Amino acid sequence: MHMADALISPAVGGTAWAAAAGLIGYSSRKLRDGMDDRRIPLMAVLGAFIFAAQMINFTIPATGSSGHLGGGLILAILLGPYAGFLTLASVLVIQALFFADGGLLALGCNILNLGFFPCFVAYPLLYHKIARDHRRKWLVVTGAMIAAVAALQLGSLAVVTQTFLSGISELPFRTFLLLMQPIHLAIGLVEGLATASVILFVSKAKPEILRGTAGEAQNGPASLRGLVAAFLAFAVIMGGGLSWFASTNPDGLEWSISKTSGKRDLEKPSEDLRAVLGDIQEKTAILPEYGLKQEQRRDSGKPEPGLPTESVVDLGSTVSGLVGVILTLLLAGAAGVLLKWRHTGAGRRVPKGS
Amino acid sequence: MGKLEKHFYDIGLLDTLAGQDTAVHRLDPRAKLITTMVFIVTVLSFGKYVISALVPFVIYPLFLLTAGNLPPGYILKKILLVSPFAVMVGIFNPMLDQNTLLTIGGLSVSGGWISFTSILLRFFLTVGAAMTLLAVTGFHAVCMSLEKLGAPRFFALQLLFLYRYLFVLVDEAVRMVRARSVRVFNGRGMGVAVYGSLLGHLLLRTLDRAQRIHSAMWCRGFDGNIRILKPLSFGRTEYVFMAAWILAFIVLRLANFPVWLGSTVAGIMG
Repeated sequence: MHMADALISPAVGGTAWAAAAGLIGYSSRKLRDGMDDRRIPLMAVLGAFIFAAQMINFTIPATGSSGHLGGGLILAILLGPYAGFLTLASVLVIQALFFADGGLLALGCNILNLGFFPCFVAYPLLYHKIARDHRRKWLVVTGAMIAAVAALQLGSLAVVTQTFLSGISELPFRTFLLLMQPIHLAIGLVEGLATASVILFVSKAKPEILRGTAGEAQNGPASLRGLVAAFLAFAVIMGGGLSWFASTNPDGLEWSISKTSGKRDLEKPSEDLRAVLGDIQEKTAILPEYGLKQEQRRDSGKPEPGLPTESVVDLGSTVSGLVGVILTLLLAGAAGVLLKWRHTGAGRRVPKGS
Repeated sequence: MGKLEKHFYDIGLLDTLAGQDTAVHRLDPRAKLITTMVFIVTVLSFGKYVISALVPFVIYPLFLLTAGNLPPGYILKKILLVSPFAVMVGIFNPMLDQNTLLTIGGLSVSGGWISFTSILLRFFLTVGAAMTLLAVTGFHAVCMSLEKLGAPRFFALQLLFLYRYLFVLVDEAVRMVRARSVRVFNGRGMGVAVYGSLLGHLLLRTLDRAQRIHSAMWCRGFDGNIRILKPLSFGRTEYVFMAAWILAFIVLRLANFPVWLGSTVAGIMG
């Protein structure tokens, strides 16, 4: 479910970054207010625990395959929503930096998709309401199952939406949705099972651990009103951010219009759209002899009036394009070799001189 | 499983590389962090059929690689290890977008293959930049500069400690998995019941460890500040580094260098 940078546009990534940064700041402030300084090492080792837990598999009943813990829900159960969210966000940062599991620009999206939904929606509204005090086994199992499934369904819906808004992947919205939701239903059930089994063990072996967070969730955004307000604020940021980008980027706007008007094949845009953008295209087509068809030209970049853009000529004249690419790579390689040579040369010279 | 384990140990090498002392290593981490973010955003701002204009951007990770004295094979291997994901998501493009965009000597190339190549190229560029950034900066310095750039200290500390204890706990998990696997016959014991108690025990140990760490930190006078050996200083070198690279990114974003070079060469030859 981790999104990669290659599939995301700066507008979507940037908006999600802003939202995720806001949530991290908010959670940090919430935690600092009631700060217990045992919290920092506790959160850190639990984050590391999530990594470790992902290395342990179990056989899924009635199937041959195996599953493991994802982490969001169990962190929320053990730490409460705010600390759980921060811990999961830090896990995702490390996954992005060291394992390239999800990109850096996509980090905001990943934090929202994998952290926000389990910690701020599924845990307070579903798990906490159903499982209550962890004393009844079947309530814990049901709560964990329902909460995990809900969190993953919302998360994968968000993944599909963000991918669609970015417009890099060619997958149509419906197909992608029909691909993602059933898979994540299965993943959610596995996640719920794994979470429940660990929580049940802890509730038998050391119930006081769970008692600590059960009270805290009451102070969390468990109320529906608070959550609705948060969602509204999020929607405003999302809408504001995206429309701002869209207005500076006629390409993206036009693209989304053609998508939402139900035209899947971008090759044949409607006449009115063409009329609107034709003018811009004329202006940006500095080198019309590198002829791409109008439609592809429109898709392949950000036509900004008056600015020479790469998109118009990209792949246009095949031969010179290919030659240019090869030459660029050779040049870059030569520069690298030169730098390396100078570097080691300088390194050798210095000790001699001193 | 064994592969993942090795992957974890491989990370240690990134820290070793970050401990070197070259001109790039000496730069203030904030300058490198910001420049890399600008790089990633610029690369991703290209349209989906763009290939040739993306190629010149390889110069930035290549610069960090050579100036930072990093082993190219190791970084390349790390990128390749995670590339299946990008391939998996992008592979649908050639099937879904089949109109011909380009013909090379009678061979027609569909838009899907072009956008697929573009996705792979973006992937290599962005992941390569992130990896090299880490290898010339080190995770501690990245955390510290995050805090200096306005991230909540609480979060920066959390990141730092998480990284610290990652390896300890992963070691423990690896031992547990090995112990279970030698005691399991015909798949009995691989189920969710054993899994629950296995992970539960790991969790209890983890919590005990948190308590010990806290006492140890308290004894040594931890006050919530991150301290690194290299002092931070944002001087003229940093400004020049940032300005030069960002300018280069802007120029490369606006002008298609390979096409210009290719047509110039073609003009001279013809």
